Amino acid sequence: MDCEHAHLRVYEYLDGELTVWKRRAITRHLDDCPPCAQGFTFEIELRRVIVSKCAEDVPAELKNRIALALGLVDSPGPGPD
Amino acid sequence: MGGGLIGPGSGYPAGMADPAGFAEQAMPYMSALYAAALRMTRNPSDAEDLVQETFLRAYRGFEGFHEGTNLKAWLYKILTNTFINQYRAKKRRPDQVDLDDVEDFYIFRRLGGLEAAEATRTPEAEVMEGIPDSEVKEALESIPEQFRMAVILADVEGFSYKEIADILDVPIGTVMSRIHRGRRALQKKLWDYAERNNLRPRVESATGG
Repeated sequence: MDCEHAHLRVYEYLDGELTVWKRRAITRHLDDCPPCAQGFTFEIELRRVIVSKCAEDVPAELKNRIALALGLVDSPGPGPD
Repeated sequence: MGGGLIGPGSGYPAGMADPAGFAEQAMPYMSALYAAALRMTRNPSDAEDLVQETFLRAYRGFEGFHEGTNLKAWLYKILTNTFINQYRAKKRRPDQVDLDDVEDFYIFRRLGGLEAAEATRTPEAEVMEGIPDSEVKEALESIPEQFRMAVILADVEGFSYKEIADILDVPIGTVMSRIHRGRRALQKKLWDYAERNNLRPRVESATGG
């Protein structure tokens, strides 16, 4: 396994989509090649940053709308006029 | 008329989910579904409608859902199909599919990784922490839809390639290609932002601030 071949599989490796054998071959390469190991670590960290920055809070109003639509809570009625 | 004995509100026949049972299982996924809906529709009000519609459809189809199978993946399939059929229909056709394909480790290389034998420091993803949340969301939302959806399902929701293939109803090879190209495109956009705004790793001498 050389650097180029390890790079080709970086996403499958990080996504846990490789067979045990291919995975082992890449792990062995990373053990011997600090620049590649750093690159793989960087990709993991970068993904973590992206995911944490894309988090969203559900508006309370949407939770209520859905609970109402599913009949989990009573309709508040027509409201004051 | 006539078949009205088994209707909504008349108790729940065997095999049919009651709303509370459905809600108990499905509600925990609401915030993840909402985040995905926002990235898909790029609009809070459409995202809310999409999530509500997803929950209603899921509830109506809940009796066809088999216990023990993947509820989360099933909810995302409904979300995705609803999005494609309802929201994308407004536009008549999906986003243009052309996408700048860039090399792997795009940001890492630009921070001096891999090639730099003489590098004195390891590039850190921390530099990307300096990009505001809104810019990261915008970067993700700017990727053409088919790539964006694959990336969201893989990275944000953590689905396997097989699950994504089932959700999007495309072959696994297509899923892989979309995820990989979409991620690289996202890196390019994030890096372009970092460059425009002079976000660089802190170096030892730059302690003036």
